Amino acid sequence: MEWASQLCENRHIGSKMTDSKYFTTTKKGEIFELKAELNSDKKEKKKEAVKKVIASMTVGKDVSALFPDVVNCMQTDNLELKKLVYLYLMNYAKSQPDMAIMAVNTFVKDCEDPNPLIRALAVRTMGCIRVDKITEYLCEPLRKCLKDEDPYVRKTAAVCVAKLHDINAQLVEDQGFLDTLKDLISDSNPMVVANAVAALSEIAESHPNSNLLDLNPQSINKLLTALNECTEWGQIFILDCLANYTPRDDRESQSICERVTPRLSHANSAVVLSAVKVLMKFMEMLPKDLDYYGTLLKKLAPPLVTLLSAEPELQYVALRNINLIVQKRPEILKHEMKVFFVKYNDPIYVKLEKLDIMIRLASQANIAQVLAELKEYATEVDVDFVRKAVRAIGRCAIKVEQSAERCVSTLLDLIQTKVNYVVQEAIVVIKDIFRKYPNKYESVIATLCENLDSLDEPEARAAMIWIVGEYAERIDNADELLESFLEGFHDESTQVQLQLLTAIVKLFLKKPTETQELVQQVLSLATQDSDNPDLRDRGYIYWRLLSTDPVAAKEVVLAEKPLISEETDLIEPTLLEELICHIGTLASVYHKPPSAFVEGSRGVQHRRLPARAGSGESSESPDVGQPVGAVPDTPPAVIPSQGDLLGDLLNLDLAPPTSSAPTVTPSMQMGAMDLLGGGLDSLLGGDIAGSPAMGAGLASAPVVMPASLGAPVSSGLDDLFDLGGGVGMPTGAFVVPKTIWLPAMKAKGLEISGTFARRAGVIQMELSLTNKAMSVMTDFAIQFNRNSFGLAPAGPLQVLTPLSPNQTTEISLPLSNVGPVMKMEPLNNLQVAVKNNIDVFYFSCQYPISILFVEEGKMERQVFLATWKDIPNDNETQYQIKDCHLNSDAATTRLQSSNIFTIAKRTVEGQDMLYQSIKLTNGIWVLVELRVQTGSPNYMLSVKCRAPEVAQLVYQCYEMVLKN
Amino acid sequence: MIGGLFIYNHKGEVLISRVYRDDIGRNAVDAFRVNVIHARQQVRSPVTNIARTSFFHVKRANIWLAAVTKQNVNAAMVFEFLYKMCDVMTAYFGKISEENIKNNFVLIYELLDEILDFGYPQNSETGALKTFITQQGIKGQHQTKEEQSQITSQVTGQIGWRREGIKYRRNELFLDVLESVNLLMSPQGQVLSAHVSGRVVMKSYLSGMPECKFGMNDKIVIDKQGKGGTTDEAGKSELGGSSGKQSIAIDDCTFHQCVRLSKFDSERSISFIPPDGEYELMRYRTTKDIILPFRVIPLVREVGRTKLEVKVVIKSNFKPSLLAQKIEVRIPTPLNTSGVQVICMKGKAKYKASENAIVWKIKRMAGMKESQISAEIELLPTNDKKKWARPPISMNFEVPFAPSGLKVRYLKVFESKLNYSDHDVIKWVRYIGRSGIYETRC
Repeated sequence: MEWASQLCENRHIGSKMTDSKYFTTTKKGEIFELKAELNSDKKEKKKEAVKKVIASMTVGKDVSALFPDVVNCMQTDNLELKKLVYLYLMNYAKSQPDMAIMAVNTFVKDCEDPNPLIRALAVRTMGCIRVDKITEYLCEPLRKCLKDEDPYVRKTAAVCVAKLHDINAQLVEDQGFLDTLKDLISDSNPMVVANAVAALSEIAESHPNSNLLDLNPQSINKLLTALNECTEWGQIFILDCLANYTPRDDRESQSICERVTPRLSHANSAVVLSAVKVLMKFMEMLPKDLDYYGTLLKKLAPPLVTLLSAEPELQYVALRNINLIVQKRPEILKHEMKVFFVKYNDPIYVKLEKLDIMIRLASQANIAQVLAELKEYATEVDVDFVRKAVRAIGRCAIKVEQSAERCVSTLLDLIQTKVNYVVQEAIVVIKDIFRKYPNKYESVIATLCENLDSLDEPEARAAMIWIVGEYAERIDNADELLESFLEGFHDESTQVQLQLLTAIVKLFLKKPTETQELVQQVLSLATQDSDNPDLRDRGYIYWRLLSTDPVAAKEVVLAEKPLISEETDLIEPTLLEELICHIGTLASVYHKPPSAFVEGSRGVQHRRLPARAGSGESSESPDVGQPVGAVPDTPPAVIPSQGDLLGDLLNLDLAPPTSSAPTVTPSMQMGAMDLLGGGLDSLLGGDIAGSPAMGAGLASAPVVMPASLGAPVSSGLDDLFDLGGGVGMPTGAFVVPKTIWLPAMKAKGLEISGTFARRAGVIQMELSLTNKAMSVMTDFAIQFNRNSFGLAPAGPLQVLTPLSPNQTTEISLPLSNVGPVMKMEPLNNLQVAVKNNIDVFYFSCQYPISILFVEEGKMERQVFLATWKDIPNDNETQYQIKDCHLNSDAATTRLQSSNIFTIAKRTVEGQDMLYQSIKLTNGIWVLVELRVQTGSPNYMLSVKCRAPEVAQLVYQCYEMVLKN
Repeated sequence: MIGGLFIYNHKGEVLISRVYRDDIGRNAVDAFRVNVIHARQQVRSPVTNIARTSFFHVKRANIWLAAVTKQNVNAAMVFEFLYKMCDVMTAYFGKISEENIKNNFVLIYELLDEILDFGYPQNSETGALKTFITQQGIKGQHQTKEEQSQITSQVTGQIGWRREGIKYRRNELFLDVLESVNLLMSPQGQVLSAHVSGRVVMKSYLSGMPECKFGMNDKIVIDKQGKGGTTDEAGKSELGGSSGKQSIAIDDCTFHQCVRLSKFDSERSISFIPPDGEYELMRYRTTKDIILPFRVIPLVREVGRTKLEVKVVIKSNFKPSLLAQKIEVRIPTPLNTSGVQVICMKGKAKYKASENAIVWKIKRMAGMKESQISAEIELLPTNDKKKWARPPISMNFEVPFAPSGLKVRYLKVFESKLNYSDHDVIKWVRYIGRSGIYETRC
């Protein structure tokens, strides 16, 4: 800020700034003086004044008041002054549209100037002034400039068409500028061609279905010719455009590749990466047995390696892309492991990316070298990097079987260092090694157990507990170890609690005699004293399993687990294909499709790789939602970060579920009343001879089952495992019963009813699709309109089998909140389109705002206080909740299960004041004061939020949660 | 495309702010300051996404340059552009510093208007830009029509890097082969990785529009000639290369945009019309048969908990007639070092507490020699459990040859219109090999 005022050479020495009032007048005075200078007769003074104005503008001061004075300086033959005035105009024209018109004449005149530099300057600037009235005047000069004799003017005019299209697309089409732009692709000057290509590509992105670029072998040929002659930037525009083309056949594909490969030697890394993109894409079409295919593969490696000697920022971009390329075509870089070795001085972001690629390239041939390196990294300073290095050692063990033993011993060495985070990370990966090579390395368990006390991270604690439970029979004091964890059960994170519950049940099934007390203790902790629905549910299931059919319990809990798969963290194949089509761009850096971070329709259309010749697919335009043409030879099993609930319950949570389902046939019948009685006896009497006292002990445990549990239980075990979609099960947070959203009348026989729920941090849309028509329905798909909180389906609508007449299918669709955002009225309105083989149907529904309440919604007390004060009182809204008969504690618990967190409670004169916080998925905080008068059924609710629009919805949600 | 470009000083104050796209608001300027410049932790990525807006940044000294966008732009292009922007600014006013930027802010705005249009990079060759954007204000008012169209044709032309009508009394050219040799060696002397990244920098003072052809001892070219049985007249090395018997395998090379890439791809010949003055003709990388000018042999012994003995031997490994210069060996010391005693036979060695290292400097050293340093490091007892990470010993030096073995075979100049031939051109070649990251683990 200071330098702007320095430039304005403080001329207010006389006025003393003793009061803030004067301060504002000083500011006005400054503007006033500038005004005088701008209207001065002396050219130099004028220019100095405009410079001062621009300086103020840069630092964010509002100098829009000077608009007429600055525009008056525009009529000058001094090009430098003119440019400064234009800069000012581009900034402020939008705020002063009427006065901006004053500038039009000068622009129009300048477009006729004999000097091409001035003509281009005028047309360039005019396009940046986003005022409707001006754009009307722009058309004629632009038309002339597009046909100007000077290429400098034409190349500027080409970009101007894109600018105009951004302001008024219709105008551009009506005026026929698009055709002129297309003609420019055949211009004699390569730079004009490049800019025309850039402009057309951009315009085409907002019209996904128009055939604007109209790429055909002839125009491609023109582009390839221009490619050899234009600037480095122009080459990028052209290559990026080429990448969108789908060649007719493999021969055309090869000839384009041949003409693109020389670009791999360009000094500009972006040219190289864009060329790589074109080659990676077109290679898909080449037959693998072709000689040229092998040659091309060989040509790709050196330039990719060269990118690693660029500046660090570019190295980062290159590494993110190489990560994709290595997944798609591992053969390209398989011999280049060494170049990914980390250098001591690499920035941390480069180090982490290199490590990732090292693991991907690790193979039997190079594993010794890789391990030596990883061991070296594990002694570095940066904690994240060290952890990743340790984890990488574990991944090598899983990936390269021959190296497993060496990896394990390296890990043991690292555990000996006693560096806390290294030890914890090592234990987490050793657990995975156990899963991959059962009964091989269990001798190290003793060493692991020595470090039990130093573990303070949930993931490491959970891993250790899993190991103890899984190998309970080999660890003499397994019960003591687990018991020691049990003491602080309620302070543990959910992950650890769940693991502890499972581990103790395993222990009990293996050594029933010594551990009944322990199992009883953990079951009661999990079912009665916990607020966590997942934990309670799992507790009940184990309890019932143990009490009804212990043989089945053994089969379920101690079931043989599928082996862990080799590759981890692979990008899902369809996404990978799309990202390959976006090599070099931000999408490839984020490893996310453009739709995840770009607003609006621009660039959101899905890209896919072309199909290999002969596979029968020859469609040209990329089609949304269709399966991708080229599928890799073996689709790798991808490990989901959090397993699905079914796997979770069956204690596969540490084991990523693979395709084979657990082979447990739930054949038993379970009577509603037989929860605790006879079943346990058979456990004690039949299978394991235990003390009879235990049955009584368990049975007499003060278990209070929620009433709602009775009904679904009778329907057998199947139901129990169907937690994912089951509405009847108590899941803590309140879920509105399904309502009919789309009646069959309106949708040619398809009836949709549904509701929303939040389960384990995931927003679910639960749908029942009923076919009331006479014919079979297939090909379901779903899409949302933009909405207030960016809700969007996180995956496709999976209706696995065709829906036959009179059949109903239940689907729960996970939603993400990273979709495009648009404010809706009412705020929680959601417009949905569902498609099937018959038609597309539209309906809208409203979701309870409570599904947006995140689990981390608990605010610190201090922050709460400060925030409460910080939000203006105008934003406070009050509501009354009538006829609610819960006391404040019961209300707290119930609200908590819907992620409404009570931070403090105060009792004043028989009135309980609860202070609560809520955080929405988009980061908005809502603060609530809830007043509960003892003896009165009416609550007072005060809602404070920076976005007061949500208050009403929050109130509705309170009503719902408290009264149901 | 690029939506806006901001330049900040180290405090996060905006020095330059130019917005190209309507989707970028003023708040983006603050978002970057708050989330990146003022962020407490170290920067974890050069690309940051804040509220669906992506920020690309590079730092030069304590100046931040940030490009902003809301679209799926070509990320590599954005960084290349930012570097180019730095080059252009340096070419105009020297070092990129807060003072220089403030003093030239009008010029910078002019440049930004010219080289970035609606977020699309345009011709950014300084040679071309300087013909019509100058620090004294823009030329253009008093130019003739011919001059004007000459400017525009150069900016948009196929040879955007050179203007016509250049004349020199003496046609002269200088070639510098600059290599940096990188090494990572295990304590046992095993080469973990080694590569040379080299640059051929050319200074040309040639009249007219000369066609140049550059040749080096590239294995592929030499083998091809050998097979064909034809001894190309150029094969007899005409410049610098004393023996020229050996050829080298080049892993990969990239060229200045003046080089005709398609010709290189098909014939592997390097032909071009050079820009006037200094520029980088090519970059290359080799990994095979590298001459490692120095070998470092470390010996570290921990004597009890409070003492460390270090002995380092360096051996020079090149022709005895050549001299290496500016040799510096950096031996890291633990953080809890309390005192150091050093004995070296050659050069000067000093313990620098602020850098946690012993720095040993030798001015000159001939080939096939060896020298040694030994040091005793006293340590303060600590209860820090974490072991000292033992950073590698690094080395700096300069040698008068190319560690990759690259030799310039010829550089021929043809200018058909003007009256001078290849023989009239005075040519100079120089080889300099420097250390890149030259490390030995200990």
